[in-house]
Amino acid sequence: MSMTVEERKAVNKALIDEVLKAYPDKMAKRRAKHLGQYEEGKPDCGVKSNIKSLPGVMTIRGCAYAGSKGVVWGPIKDMVHISHGPVGCGQYSWAARRNYYIGTTGIDTFVTMQFTSDFQEKDIVFGGDKKLDKIIDEIQGLFPLNKGISIQSECPIGLIGDDIEAVSKKKSKEYEGHTIVPVRCEGFRGVSQSLGHHLANDAIRDWVFDKLDGSKRPEFESTPYDVTIIGDYNIGGDAWSSRILLEEIGLRVIAQWSGDGTIAELENTPKAKLNLIHCYRSMNYISRHMEEKYGIPWVEYNFFGPTKIAASLREIASHFDDTIKANAEAVIAKYQPLVDAVLAKYRPRLLDKTVMLYVGGLRPRHVIGAYEDLGMKVVGTGYEFGHNDDYQRTTHYIGDATLIYDDVTGYEFEKFVEKIQPDLIGSGIKEKYVFQKMGVPFRQMHSWDYSGPYHGYDGFAIFARDMDMAISSPVWKLAKAPWKAAA
Amino acid sequence: MPQSADKVIDHEMLFREPEYQKIFADKKANFEFNHSDARVAEIRDWTKSKDYKDKNFAREALTVNPAKACQPLGAVYVANGFHKTLSFVHGSQGCVAYYRSHFSRHFKEPTSCVSSSMTEDAAVFGGLNNMVDGLANAYNLYKPEMIAVSTTCMAEVIGDDLNAFIKTSKEKGSVPAEFDVPFAHTPAFVGSHVTGYDNALLGVLQHFWDGKSKTTEPLVRVPDESINFIGGFDGFVVGNMKEIKRIFDLFGAKVNIVCDPSEVWNTPTDGEFRMYEGGTTKAEVEAALHAKATIVFQEFCCEKTAKYLREKGQEVVVLNAPVGVAGTDRFIMAISLLTGKPVPAVLERERGQLVDAMADSQAHLHGKRYALYGDPDQMLGYSEFLLELGAEPAHVLATNGGEDWANKVQALFDSSPYGANCKVYPKRDLWHMRSLLHTEPVDFLIGNTYGKYLERDCGVPLIRLVFPIFDRHHYHRFPTWGYNGALWLLTMLLDEFFETLDANTIVPGKTDYSYDIIR
Repeated sequence: MSMTVEERKAVNKALIDEVLKAYPDKMAKRRAKHLGQYEEGKPDCGVKSNIKSLPGVMTIRGCAYAGSKGVVWGPIKDMVHISHGPVGCGQYSWAARRNYYIGTTGIDTFVTMQFTSDFQEKDIVFGGDKKLDKIIDEIQGLFPLNKGISIQSECPIGLIGDDIEAVSKKKSKEYEGHTIVPVRCEGFRGVSQSLGHHLANDAIRDWVFDKLDGSKRPEFESTPYDVTIIGDYNIGGDAWSSRILLEEIGLRVIAQWSGDGTIAELENTPKAKLNLIHCYRSMNYISRHMEEKYGIPWVEYNFFGPTKIAASLREIASHFDDTIKANAEAVIAKYQPLVDAVLAKYRPRLLDKTVMLYVGGLRPRHVIGAYEDLGMKVVGTGYEFGHNDDYQRTTHYIGDATLIYDDVTGYEFEKFVEKIQPDLIGSGIKEKYVFQKMGVPFRQMHSWDYSGPYHGYDGFAIFARDMDMAISSPVWKLAKAPWKAAA
Repeated sequence: MPQSADKVIDHEMLFREPEYQKIFADKKANFEFNHSDARVAEIRDWTKSKDYKDKNFAREALTVNPAKACQPLGAVYVANGFHKTLSFVHGSQGCVAYYRSHFSRHFKEPTSCVSSSMTEDAAVFGGLNNMVDGLANAYNLYKPEMIAVSTTCMAEVIGDDLNAFIKTSKEKGSVPAEFDVPFAHTPAFVGSHVTGYDNALLGVLQHFWDGKSKTTEPLVRVPDESINFIGGFDGFVVGNMKEIKRIFDLFGAKVNIVCDPSEVWNTPTDGEFRMYEGGTTKAEVEAALHAKATIVFQEFCCEKTAKYLREKGQEVVVLNAPVGVAGTDRFIMAISLLTGKPVPAVLERERGQLVDAMADSQAHLHGKRYALYGDPDQMLGYSEFLLELGAEPAHVLATNGGEDWANKVQALFDSSPYGANCKVYPKRDLWHMRSLLHTEPVDFLIGNTYGKYLERDCGVPLIRLVFPIFDRHHYHRFPTWGYNGALWLLTMLLDEFFETLDANTIVPGKTDYSYDIIR
């Protein structure tokens, strides 16, 4: 696609105008605010965000429960997370997110299990507090090594007036201050997963930090090099392939939030010297809180692709002494041969290929550098549940005339792809097969399509290989039958 | 440095490298403050005990690892079974994201469905505006010929009235007055996905047969010679519907398949995305009223629907997902009886070939003990097949099975000497199953993908024959029903048996005397 920027802008504009025509007038006006393209030099992407999805349009978004249980709390491995309400929410999100962990599942670790209060009609009519009370007793009896319990509210809880906070307090008292965390993440709250992240962050503040009893845990001796990884869910082992680099530059990672994380690590965190935030969207809240309350500074980093990894390692090191700074340079140099070899192998095959992204959290911007390292160009991107500050941050990553689609609908995404014909799409499971049917190579960029890790230098090699095999697979050439290809 | 560009290593091997193993050990030792290895081992051993089992079975409130989903999932399945029909779920939007993901992970296919995206204001004021705008948007964007509405628990708790809302939406011009919008209330806190299947299917039939919510005259039934077939919720629908149609074709019988999502979940990759494909047409739904009889393949998916069909004057033959020889015989004889046509020679030959295959292989499966869990009807079908192979369905569990179901399973056990040591477990979950597998071990487990955690914890080999199957590909493309389906089931049982036997005899110089070439 050798269009000039101006030509591309004209094409994008026409394309947006065209998709909007399909909507009823009133709705077209509302959707128009979410579709646009980046204009070089502007402070944001020119779209509105974090607004209610239109009904009936096939939004790709999820809900607050997904943001709290599915994202923030679910990976905390030594706690039992109760999906409180009917059976479905917990069932569909059961072990689906690939938050890797080490532990004996069902004994001291519970991530890939589905604990549910399985609400029945009588629980709706008479309330579920008594059932919840009993559930906590049963968890304590059958899973005695759990280090805490969280209660992840599904829609009915907030509608029927249950008092899960009271139950939590009562049961915590009964079990000698056992950590029990009620989360008001009913799916109807907010407009997407995003509010669920926020509510989950607040619950950590109120029910973990504020209830911290130093006398009840082993003495934690901090060092000047203590950092945390915040907002890495260890999908396919991402946090581990990040941690290895931080340790190599001489830092001590005292907590992982929340992939392969533990309640103890959450409790360690107020003693950190610096909080390192990968997914800003889902965990900026608690980081800001810790800055205010404990005076811990935080820094955003990006471990996708060698350019951003090196820049991030330097940025992180700049908060520490010269030894750490020197270590960072040494680590960057140590991995350079691997980076060179990966680029030598894959960059020529991927050069100038175009990519369209539609994901959540940090990825619509964070992965762009990794694609560019491989010589690829991101021509369109959008957030499922981003806010304006995400779109502001995105401007540092994208080029003039990049198509932007916030809370894209199934209809719009399909039309955009039809017209733009990217070489690769990175999005989710609901989109994957739609585009593969169209013959467009696709990688799931939530679950890494069951691959990973993608973070760090070790992950970048996997990322590069995966993008290459998606695009280079012989299967796409078979999509058209030979007797049709000529026609 | 473990990673290399020459041979990129994945999560599977990367984290076994010493650098990462050290990270894991240090993290655990310094930051996790968790229980000692000895304490973990102690509790792990205790969870395998009879004492733990008793405690586990005494649970009254907590559910752990259930084998069921919620009603709207069944409703979305049903909507997908009708021609050019868009599934519309009224309530919170996150639910729809979950249903779509769930089906796409199983079928490896797109699953289209929209939500009315209700939020806090709708919780207070009701979701009427969401319905009005949602129907208009869905109609304009996705150009369906029908929109099938169901509900999430949010809409049910606040008491939204679908009938009234749809009527109002039409008055406000969201969709044309004559546009078909069948609906069903599908509260997630009642029953399971099979209940949702029942309610949604009933909603479609009532819409077309009973005067489209009082906007047209009810249809008058004029019985003809056709037969309806209703399959029920089925994870193997892509393979099974093909087989069912072939069987009816062989009979030369006119069949109305009511609800057939087998084509929309089986579209080609040829450059075009087909949002709608196949499915029962409106004309077929209307014609189905006149059928002389309906075969309901899965009773517990269709309790209300079957009753409704009888009230319409149809003869209703209710089955429990029959598979294997005798089960398929009953199905085939039902078709023969209802149509008055003899069993086609081709099917009789297939039956003989199935019996032949079972005779060839029975010695390997005879006396083997199986634990199985899944939907109620499927469990009845699989249990009967195991019994006819001389195997024992030792633990049969359905989280969404009630006492009626349990009685049927017990009656089945009582009908065979191989059922003597078998037990049925209604309303239990996979954590109960874990205790059973530890205290009363079996040779094999039949279940869905989540059974792999039991395979890991209890060391029992898993055969994936239950929805959802996320971690194996393409099983859903093969039939489990009909004599051909039984052949596939038999092959799956045998494959796991042989793989397990080979794995147990593979140590050179120790066990490999039994590592036989001919079995």
